Amino acid sequence: MKITYDWLKDHLKISAKEDKLLEKLTDIGLEVESIENLSEGLDLFRVAKIIKTEKHPNADRLKVCDVDVGNNEIKKVVCGAVNAREGLLTVYAPPGAIIPKNKTKLVVAKIRDVTSYGMLCSESELNLSDESDGITELSSSKYAKNIGKSYFSKPSSNLIDLSITPNRPDCLGVRGIARDLSAAGFGNLKPEKDKKIKSNKKQTLKVKITKEKNQGCLSFGSCLITNVKNTESPKWLKDKLISIGQKPISAIVDITNYVMIDINRPLHAYDADKIDKGIIVRNSKSGEEFTALDNKNYKLDDGMCVISDNKGVLGLGGIIGGTRSGTELDTKNVLLESAYFDPRSIRKTAKKLNIDTDAKFRFERGIDQLSIEVGLNKAAFLIKEICGGEISKIDIQKTESYKNKVIKFEPKTFEKITGFKISTKEMINILEKLGFKLKKEKKCFKLSVPSWRPDIVQEIDIVEELVRISGYEKIKIENPIKERSKNTLNPTQKLFHFLQRAVASKGYLEAITWSFTDSKYNDHFKEDNKEIKIVNPISSELGVLRNSIFSNLLMYMSKNLDRGIKDLSIFEIGPIFYGPQPGEQNIVVCGLSAGKKSRLSWVEKERNVDVFDIKRDVIQTLVEAGYNAEKFYIDDESPNYYHPGKSGRIFLNKGKDKVATYFGEIHPNIIKTLDIKTESLVGFEIFLDNLKLPKKSLKDQKTKYSVSDFQKSERDFAFIVDKKISAQDIVSVISNIDKNLISNIKVFDVYEGDNIPENQKSVAISVTIQSLEKTLTDNDLEKTNNLIIETVENKTGAKIRS
Amino acid sequence: MSEIKNIRDQFISKLENDLSIDQINEIKTDLFGKNGLISSKFKTIGSIPETDRKKFASNLNQVKDELQNLITSKINEIEGKKINEKLEKEKVDITLPERPFVRGKVHPVSQTIDEISSIFSEIGFSVEEGPDVENEYNNFTALNTPDNHPARDMHDTFYLDENKEVLLRTHTSPVQIRTMLKDKPPFKIIAPGRTYRSDSDQTHAPMFHQVEGLHIDTNINMGHLKGCLNYFIKEFFEVEKIKMRFRPSHFPFTEPSAEVDIGYEIKDGKIIIGEGDKWLEILGCGMVHPNVLRNVKVDPSKYQGYAFGIGIDRLAMLKYGINDLRAFFDCDYRWLNHFGFDPLDVPSNYRGLSR
Repeated sequence: MKITYDWLKDHLKISAKEDKLLEKLTDIGLEVESIENLSEGLDLFRVAKIIKTEKHPNADRLKVCDVDVGNNEIKKVVCGAVNAREGLLTVYAPPGAIIPKNKTKLVVAKIRDVTSYGMLCSESELNLSDESDGITELSSSKYAKNIGKSYFSKPSSNLIDLSITPNRPDCLGVRGIARDLSAAGFGNLKPEKDKKIKSNKKQTLKVKITKEKNQGCLSFGSCLITNVKNTESPKWLKDKLISIGQKPISAIVDITNYVMIDINRPLHAYDADKIDKGIIVRNSKSGEEFTALDNKNYKLDDGMCVISDNKGVLGLGGIIGGTRSGTELDTKNVLLESAYFDPRSIRKTAKKLNIDTDAKFRFERGIDQLSIEVGLNKAAFLIKEICGGEISKIDIQKTESYKNKVIKFEPKTFEKITGFKISTKEMINILEKLGFKLKKEKKCFKLSVPSWRPDIVQEIDIVEELVRISGYEKIKIENPIKERSKNTLNPTQKLFHFLQRAVASKGYLEAITWSFTDSKYNDHFKEDNKEIKIVNPISSELGVLRNSIFSNLLMYMSKNLDRGIKDLSIFEIGPIFYGPQPGEQNIVVCGLSAGKKSRLSWVEKERNVDVFDIKRDVIQTLVEAGYNAEKFYIDDESPNYYHPGKSGRIFLNKGKDKVATYFGEIHPNIIKTLDIKTESLVGFEIFLDNLKLPKKSLKDQKTKYSVSDFQKSERDFAFIVDKKISAQDIVSVISNIDKNLISNIKVFDVYEGDNIPENQKSVAISVTIQSLEKTLTDNDLEKTNNLIIETVENKTGAKIRS
Repeated sequence: MSEIKNIRDQFISKLENDLSIDQINEIKTDLFGKNGLISSKFKTIGSIPETDRKKFASNLNQVKDELQNLITSKINEIEGKKINEKLEKEKVDITLPERPFVRGKVHPVSQTIDEISSIFSEIGFSVEEGPDVENEYNNFTALNTPDNHPARDMHDTFYLDENKEVLLRTHTSPVQIRTMLKDKPPFKIIAPGRTYRSDSDQTHAPMFHQVEGLHIDTNINMGHLKGCLNYFIKEFFEVEKIKMRFRPSHFPFTEPSAEVDIGYEIKDGKIIIGEGDKWLEILGCGMVHPNVLRNVKVDPSKYQGYAFGIGIDRLAMLKYGINDLRAFFDCDYRWLNHFGFDPLDVPSNYRGLSR
């Protein structure tokens, strides 16, 4: 909402400085978004007279004019206007002036080899009207004595742009803002002085609001003004509109705009002669069409509130008028409309047709239902004053009468909510100035809500009014108490934070990427999940919710590789989605590692990152998070986006759990398709929601401390075994033989090739044999040794290598 | 007597030669072995006449100690020399690089979330969460923002279905609704998380982070709201003084509503929080609207309290001097490295939020 201090003063008796006004506006919730000085530099524009014109030597359509700009100065100006002629009084802009319309700064310029010192301006360039054919023509009777003087009379006040919240339609009118300021003790609201129409003439155009379901028009007031002469607006009116950045059009249109901005009462003016017989306000029928004042053709659905006549649609009520019945300069008879439309109906229609107008913006927020007559009076008198003519009686059709809202308010509620007190006297003062009518009852007030405040419906709204106007700075600071009755984080949240930092500590940079992704990428990772489309994505590359974090992470990994880094590990912890309903999401920690280890190291041999690097990162993370590695069960099943031979999954416990993680090399096909340029790319996914939370808290997790100081013996075995038998199988067999004696089972070599039969491999394992109770004899050791060999051979078909 | 002296003299002169460890060991055996010269002498002590025995034994022990010490020091000398020779050869260029290590980083948004949680933890808030995909009811209607209300225009919403019933949450406020529906008052929670709006330009990202706060009890008023935010802002920016301004505003789900500005100034191109005469809006808040309480079956005549919503990314930008919001989500390794935090830097109350 744009206003000026000068305009406010039409409604407010005040002498305070403008900076105080700006502060006050923000303090009462009418936030000042920006201040603009529209008049800056306008004093440079001078009234001037063309003394002589000559044809431009190098251009047929241009003239070189000698211009008297006052103070005995004659300037040469090149001008293309047809109406530039000797003796014409016009507006001259010197070099340095900024043209209001396009904000360009004038400089001394050569135009086809002739130097031009400034410019002669059209009305359009000065934002005075749309007139762009030719330069401004000033009447010599008025301006002959003004040559050399500033054209714009007095500098208009600053343009103040307010951000009005959607609950305050009343402040979309200057008077509403003035009223708020007066309630806050900033000036006094001037009484309204509008006259009422007293006419014997009937409004002869019949208006009918049809009775139907969802009729969007609740009330339609009108007034006919006959024999007018539409004209250019007088200077005061033009200046007013220009001062808030609007462009004057014609008196009738300007007047309706002025009334709308002044008291937030949208009006519409029809050329009465273009209306066929009468006005019918009704619901549209699907397929109806009309051309609106924005010169667009709109096709309507069923049930939109239209103003029509016998021939069809004239306009969309409260949103936009049509070209067929618009007023023009030759309009003789004007029908003024002042109506009330249901905000929801307005919003629905405007959204569907994608129209945004000043009227729509106001009606969807709620217009003062009792301002219909006030608006008609105000506008009709102005039209009569400026354009002449005769005013008819006001005609008002209604489908529903306005009901006055009454709210009970207990003064003690104020302190209960705000924590501070104001006197009842002050409350009464504020509320009355805001337009409430008060009736005191025993403990409370009965408040009659002003008709321009559709936002006020219950007691809390009254509290808001009072605290807003008395000032938020009065709210006392109550310091918080440092007391905690509940844990800040629950176990899952703790695990989230732990995993995040555990993975980062392994050399991964944490990324945060969008929760949506490109379906092209997502397709590689969605497996059996359904694609979850966003109906209105910001671009097709961000069109679906991600089924896996890999989609985004791979894309960004690729971008980083293209930036020239070769070895990089990144990860993200966040949601993935498996369905379109709330809650159909999981938290995943997803990491990627690319390139080499020890690249360009003088001390270590460089090698590609591999599946066992990523396996270490995953296992170490899980172990650090409190899970027992001895219970992990690993197999080689994994989703299709992993290399089938170099990937696997981890369960926290064999057979009982959901998959805790997948890890492995990324499938070479994906690397090829997505054109990722790296020597090696491995990744992992940890499914946080599949990790069973430790049953015991950390303090209870420590078991009894028992170690053995009896002599221990380390023994090595080499088994020849079928290739299909996994290392995990052999280790698991050995570990189950005697947990009290055998520990530290380690695979330290795997060998295939020479001396080993085809389809077999040699697995070398080291174990520690130690008793908690005694020093083992050679005999004891031998027995255990043989037991290990025997059991492994029996259970896995292995043969000990002699 | 002189025999012992002879042995002594003879071996001392032997030991003065340049000997190898082996040669010294040989001498050692010659003297102190089973049948070594000195060992043999000790065996004869018994046969020495009583009168001389004491003196003989004393002399013998003296010579034994002398020779033994000499041998030990000789061995030490040779071994020491050996080590020195070895050290001479083993000198490395210690300025050569160490074995490679990699350093991971935590994203500034994650760090900021941990900082926020740590601050609110101290004054008794616990952390709640809600899903990113929400229904229209929790995101709007229950929050007193009915359909066809212009306040909905304040949020550009991503929808997942044509009927606009399922959407990506536009703020963290639906967590208020979920929390209050699930439990009984009092409530004292914060809810950090991802939020989504369908605009995208230099200062807006289609995804960003918010933290919701909610405190409902029988007696919580606007003074408590002011106190809580005042405390939070001071702690978060780690400054003694803060300039804070509450400004009336409007949100459908709070009434009265406020926006909070903090004072700042620009010094040498850097933003200084808490000083100066410029204002920066950092959050929205207010007293939870009675309609919202009614929607979640909390009796507004018994319970009242406040709620707030803070943009996390914005806070991180201010605190850590980050200019570009879009870069948060661009995943450029150089940016992540520069603005990320060491995983060991866990914000905590006793150690301070940041180093």
